[in-house]
Amino acid sequence: MTTSTRGTKVPAVLVLEDGRTFRGRAYGAVGETFGEAVFSTGMTGYQETLTDPSYHRQVVVMTAPHVGNTGVNDEDPESKKIWVSGYVVRDPARVPSSWRSRRTLDDELAAQGVVGISGIDTRALTRHLRERGAMRVGIFSGEAIADDASLLARVQDAPRMEGADLAAEVATKEAYVVPAIGEKKFTVAAVDLGIKGMTPHRMAERGIEVHVLPATATADDVYAVDPDGVFFSNGPGDPATADGPVSVMRAVLERGTPLFGICFGNQILGRALGFGTYKLKYGHRGINQPVQDRTTGKVEVTAHNHGFAVDAPLDTVSDTPYGRAEVSHVCLNDNVVEGLQLLDQPAFSVQYHPEAAAGPHDAAYLFDRFVSLMEAERA
Amino acid sequence: MPKRTDIQSVLVIGSGPIVIGQAAEFDYSGTQACRVLKSEGLRVILVNSNPATIMTDPEIADATYVEPITPEFVEKIIAKERPDALLPTLGGQTALNTAISMHEQGVLEKYGVELIGANVEAIHKGEDRDLFKGVVEAVRAKIGHGESARSVICHSMDDVLKGVETLGGYPVVVRPSFTMGGAGSGFAHDEEELRRIAGQGLTLSPTTEVLLEESILGWKEYELELMRDKHDNVVVVCSIENFDPMGVHTGDSITVAPAMTLTDREYQILRDVGIAIIREVGVDTGGCNIQFAVNPEDGRVIVIEMNPRVSRSSALASKATGFPIAKIAARLAVGYTLDEIPNDITEKTPASFEPTLDYVVVKAPRFAFEKFPSADSTLTTTMKSVGEAMAIGRNFTEALQKALRSLEKKGSQFAFTGEPGDKDELLRAAVRPTDGRINTVMQAIRAGATPREVFDFTKIDPWFVDQLFLIKEIADELAAAEKLGPELLADAKRHGFSDAQIAEIRGLREDVVREVRHALGVRPVYKTVDTCAAEFAAKTPYFYSSYDEESEVAPRERPAVIILGSGPNRIGQGIEFDYSCVHASFALSDAGYETVMVNCNPETVSTDYDTSHRLYFEPLTLEDVLEIVHAETLAGPVAGVVVQLGGQTPLGLAQALKDNGVPVVGTPPEAIHAAEDRGAFGQVLAEAGLPAPKHGTATTFAGAKAIADEIGYPVLVRPSYVLGGRGMEIVYDEARLEAYIAESTEISPTRPVLVDRFLDDAIEIDVDALYDGTELYLGGVMEHIEEAGIHSGDSACALPPITLGGFDIKRLRASTEAIAKGVGVRGLINIQFAMAGDILYVLEANPRASRTVPFTSKATAVPLAKAAARISLGATIAELRAEGLLPRNGDGGTLPLDAPISVKEAVMPWSRFRDVHGRGVDTVLGPEMRSTGEVMGIDAVFGTAYAKSQAGAYGPLPTKGRAFISVANRDKRSMIFPARELVAHGFELLATSGTAEVLKRNGINATVVRKQSEGEGPGGEKTIVRLIHDGEVDLIVNTPYGTGGRLDGYEIRTAAVARGVPCLTTVQALAAAVQGIDALNHGGVGVRSLQEHAQHLIAARD
Repeated sequence: MTTSTRGTKVPAVLVLEDGRTFRGRAYGAVGETFGEAVFSTGMTGYQETLTDPSYHRQVVVMTAPHVGNTGVNDEDPESKKIWVSGYVVRDPARVPSSWRSRRTLDDELAAQGVVGISGIDTRALTRHLRERGAMRVGIFSGEAIADDASLLARVQDAPRMEGADLAAEVATKEAYVVPAIGEKKFTVAAVDLGIKGMTPHRMAERGIEVHVLPATATADDVYAVDPDGVFFSNGPGDPATADGPVSVMRAVLERGTPLFGICFGNQILGRALGFGTYKLKYGHRGINQPVQDRTTGKVEVTAHNHGFAVDAPLDTVSDTPYGRAEVSHVCLNDNVVEGLQLLDQPAFSVQYHPEAAAGPHDAAYLFDRFVSLMEAERA
Repeated sequence: MPKRTDIQSVLVIGSGPIVIGQAAEFDYSGTQACRVLKSEGLRVILVNSNPATIMTDPEIADATYVEPITPEFVEKIIAKERPDALLPTLGGQTALNTAISMHEQGVLEKYGVELIGANVEAIHKGEDRDLFKGVVEAVRAKIGHGESARSVICHSMDDVLKGVETLGGYPVVVRPSFTMGGAGSGFAHDEEELRRIAGQGLTLSPTTEVLLEESILGWKEYELELMRDKHDNVVVVCSIENFDPMGVHTGDSITVAPAMTLTDREYQILRDVGIAIIREVGVDTGGCNIQFAVNPEDGRVIVIEMNPRVSRSSALASKATGFPIAKIAARLAVGYTLDEIPNDITEKTPASFEPTLDYVVVKAPRFAFEKFPSADSTLTTTMKSVGEAMAIGRNFTEALQKALRSLEKKGSQFAFTGEPGDKDELLRAAVRPTDGRINTVMQAIRAGATPREVFDFTKIDPWFVDQLFLIKEIADELAAAEKLGPELLADAKRHGFSDAQIAEIRGLREDVVREVRHALGVRPVYKTVDTCAAEFAAKTPYFYSSYDEESEVAPRERPAVIILGSGPNRIGQGIEFDYSCVHASFALSDAGYETVMVNCNPETVSTDYDTSHRLYFEPLTLEDVLEIVHAETLAGPVAGVVVQLGGQTPLGLAQALKDNGVPVVGTPPEAIHAAEDRGAFGQVLAEAGLPAPKHGTATTFAGAKAIADEIGYPVLVRPSYVLGGRGMEIVYDEARLEAYIAESTEISPTRPVLVDRFLDDAIEIDVDALYDGTELYLGGVMEHIEEAGIHSGDSACALPPITLGGFDIKRLRASTEAIAKGVGVRGLINIQFAMAGDILYVLEANPRASRTVPFTSKATAVPLAKAAARISLGATIAELRAEGLLPRNGDGGTLPLDAPISVKEAVMPWSRFRDVHGRGVDTVLGPEMRSTGEVMGIDAVFGTAYAKSQAGAYGPLPTKGRAFISVANRDKRSMIFPARELVAHGFELLATSGTAEVLKRNGINATVVRKQSEGEGPGGEKTIVRLIHDGEVDLIVNTPYGTGGRLDGYEIRTAAVARGVPCLTTVQALAAAVQGIDALNHGGVGVRSLQEHAQHLIAARD
């Protein structure tokens, strides 16, 4: 069922796995959906958020009340489709306003079959998730609405995010190439675990030809493109399940090829180095997070979208099978590890999103850092 | 890297008197900064001439100089205090300009004072149009975004006329360099307008420089507030979008935070450009504000300007986000970095982040065009509003409607009943931006305009237009519904409808709607402003209401006192009332209460979340206040609600609050009525045997004439039920009385006109006093410089009174006590007396904190508002004396003979306004208040104190040069002695023929100059107006000729305003000025801090 709910008052109900319930109106598609309830605090960039594959199987609660104001355009999506499994907003726009807008968000959600809910106290829901942690949720609208107890039972039957291996579900099935913009200087093999469109674009801007490979790519696949550097992308799910990518990364580390990872890629580097990963209570999702680059002391305002983090010691250099490693970046809000780097090898990663989209461009220098590693290796 | 250790003392410059474009926001910023610096262990030296500020409270700084903010006086302070550093970015343009001028004169170098928070080069780059254009070009070269509007810099009218051709024709924007609040800028659609605006702009600009720009009228307008630390960490604190598109000064626009109609890509471009600009300009540490225009057709971004300092917008951004920009700027200035400073609200996370909002903030400007009927009310790039209200809601419609009702002005809320009018006419009217355009747009929508039409005529963004349609559709639903069901009611409340609006639509009484709503359980919840959209727990109870699900008001145990603030600043009700509310909060907190502040004015100290235990950023209407009282009653015990410190706004709610069972503390509503109702107050006076001027009320000319005939002309006439002397006039004859009645639209059988005998030649006296039911504490007695007939708010005054003797004070004390007792005051009362001959008349009494409370408190070193708050909650004056809050012995009526003399001078906004023909508005003082602010001069003797007050208000009195004198016949006698003194001080006198004749007969030589009406002489002799414009006159004395002849002086006075020449419009002011000039010429005018004054006073008292 994918009818638009614009202008209608179809009732909808949101049920959390602990039983808390919010009643509002249907938004986007009418029907039912399940996922992990997470909140995102960005005030701009809903199109990028919706199409970020890392949100696969998550129901995203927008803390900003007005969503949809600039409609939907054809330039800003980060992938080919909307990945969130459900969308929760307070005040959806009735009329979009932007010279780039092509259609309304409401219609887009409905067209892609994304079930949402509007008109609920999103702040109360956010505070609930902050205090109790991210949890499973269901949204039901129209004919999907039933008595509270049976809805709750269905939410409690839905799969959990812990232990979920999702990268392959969202990644490309076929390898493809993003050509360098201008003169080509380097070739990078990018393992797609849920990559956002802006990431290869940021590399291409720097003269990198990016070979985007499926999540199932082997070390042989990676080296088949004769890369100057290897990149591991962001993506959904529990890093503890990503044994395949971890072994590919170990192979890259063995060969000492320049390596860069973002988000899921950071967790994979953590695991490859022998660190653990763990689930944060409610994650970091927003575009205002202060991260300190411990190599320079400077603070950058950054885009985050992660529910898991690497468990590495903040203030000591660790010995790993690939030489010494240290925590290069840390979130100043809660001291969560936001970046790792090897001291004896050209490899580093960050937990947040230097490609932004949505979000500030403060961390774009990290792509330059990757380029420098490849330059140094070539020299 | 924590704070610098090489700075032990810092001089902070305030912003001086409240003027349009530079108002209470700098008290908020300055107070925050001073407190922070003090808590860092620095010795804080403050200079600010504005007594009505919290920042000039003696406990805020270590040494507080209420002295003129001029390079001369600031140098004296530096010489005396020898500070290590000067922080100039928190006192607006005034502080910045003063600091730059002292730097250029070498004063800072001479005394080894380091400028912190900004460097001179950065200030120049940010403020100089040409340099800033270079900055924007450099930024574009680096990041590929941002450009300036095409423009030309002009230094003469020839340049200006040529410039228009370069830009490709009209319309063009004219912007003078280095003026504050956009003074003197405007749109020129043709050569005539261009000559006028650019001519004035060249004059206003201290560098005789204006910029002509391509028109970007109708584009989307945005602002970003940024902060940078010494490690080059930069954060964007807030984005603001203007509801009114380009063409209206942002201070006059309805503005919204965060930006509503930008995609992330476009927003990040603004952010990148903003960050690149703050770096390129070189603001080392601190905040800046950058304004952008975005073309709605293609997104082309133009950078309009930047302010390398704390500004009105940064105060708004601080209140809108909970991120205290001034406080953090002060910390950055002494060496901290953003990541070393904790976020006050979460306490756990650092300030090196960007606030994210889960609510919408709307600011709406408040204008005072009714005070300047001849002024052109079209909004332009010159700021004209006198205050603002801010509202927070969970969506735009809720915030907007709350903001409009916070303005507390008739017609400011949307109305949905009655005929809207003709659609086309309404749309055409909406093209011209003016006060209340949004209401015109709403009426056009009601009259059938389409969204497209509204956009085409106004260029208001389609998303905002749709929000107006949404509001209108809900109004329609409300009107059409069979009954008020819970869902519809909740929906209406969620979109900001007030009970009063719903009542109007449904044809019900407001209290009936409220009862229905409560019965249906539709009540607001209170959410927290927490900087982080609930990502982290907030420790600071900074609340706003919303019709949502979950409330965040925490239970408490200690009894709470709810203090109602004064709402948006307006002429007649400004920062002085905020001062009293803040003092009450401090005093009651010290006395063990939980203090709860309610206010909707983002400029103020009262709405700083640090001021009270809890802050409700809410409109001050009965509905909103009742809901807060309800919420706080659920949270814990409520000791009472204080209504007498925030001016007329809360006072007007007193009776209704009491009727709704709310415990109003202090002077009871019945007593307020006894003072405000003419009949009841007459009774009080009669019982006390006190005389009031003869008066009567009439509804027709015949009735008014009969009264005037009986009591004799001149008479003071005014409509009943008005504030701030609105529509008040002194009428000298019957013809004018007839005209007044005919012109007045406010007079009707239910709204009679009041006719009072006008006491010509009377001395007006203001008294502030405390009364606890048994004892009177005379706070202070102020003698007005101007005689009765000029609104007390516009009149200069002296404390202690300079010509009243002990016997007079005794009479004033007895009368004050009789009135306070008769009315039933518990707290503060302000009484205005007029001494005519030997009779002491009572003009009026206000049973509340008055405008003069901060002045009186500072002049006598006694915190009257604090004492009033305590008395309201049951303390007695005797107890407060014992406690030390009030002096042990004596009061403001028994000041020692060598007590310093304090002079208050009002500051007028004349230069801000033009009539529709572009001519200035007249500057004559009258019974209607029009000043926006005040300064205080304090010194050992009157002359020096007066001279300081003039220097603080208008610039220093001249000590030599040419004085032009032209006075009304009635003033000619009293002019002779001061004129003789001017000559003795070496002034050359210029006079019109009539005045010159009188002077010559008295042996005083005066050069006759041509009147404006006489035109230029045969030999090219200039008229007086020409002489003023050419800078050949240093002092102007021009008193209005009663009735009729007023226009003769009009040109002179407006020329004086345009040129900034001191212009005295009463002969009393001349006499005072002569004493001031005398003091200045005798040299040795020193500076003395309030703390030193207080020490002296306390020593003399004990």
